[in-house]
Amino acid sequence: MYLGRVIGCVWATAKNASMNGKRMLVVQPLTPELQPTGKRLICGDSTGAGTGELIYWVRGKEASFPFLPAEPPFDTTVVGIVDSVHVKRSAEPAVPVENGKRKPRKA
Amino acid sequence: MLIARVIGELVATQKHASHEGRKLLLVQPLNLDGSNRGDAVIAMDAVDAGVGDQVLLTTEGFSAMTSVGRPNSPIDMAVIGFIDHIELVPGVV
Repeated sequence: MYLGRVIGCVWATAKNASMNGKRMLVVQPLTPELQPTGKRLICGDSTGAGTGELIYWVRGKEASFPFLPAEPPFDTTVVGIVDSVHVKRSAEPAVPVENGKRKPRKA
Repeated sequence: MLIARVIGELVATQKHASHEGRKLLLVQPLNLDGSNRGDAVIAMDAVDAGVGDQVLLTTEGFSAMTSVGRPNSPIDMAVIGFIDHIELVPGVV
């Protein structure tokens, strides 16, 4: 899955019949620091996300799974609205490895 | 599969129902020399990984959703293991 922000909507009247009634969103992919990265793309919507919202989206055949049993030909779909992102790039492993053995994680 | 490092976590309340009950991890794919390989991605956690761990990342839908144990779930990436050690034999390639 990838992080992104909804920056607009797409309307199409003549399209594959199984896509009728489904929203399509313009999404700008983001880095974890919320900086734009890569090109904008069109995603199907399974969450009701609106313009300006931080979302995560999935690509591939899995993108049509939220709409089962219909299988609209979406290759990217928004599957969640992100509340918060916690990034710590310089962190040490939470579970230390000693003598090649991983210590059990405390419950 | 890719080598990656967990760099963070994501909180999402409104999401696909099949994503509930599993952590969403921000993972940075790595090259063999430890440098970043492209942008960080979001993966579902199948092994209880934490921030800072070096992990094995699958980037294909079928293996991701079966490792998490949720068939027909829109998941395309999952953390499926911890990496303790990588051994490279120099001069082979």
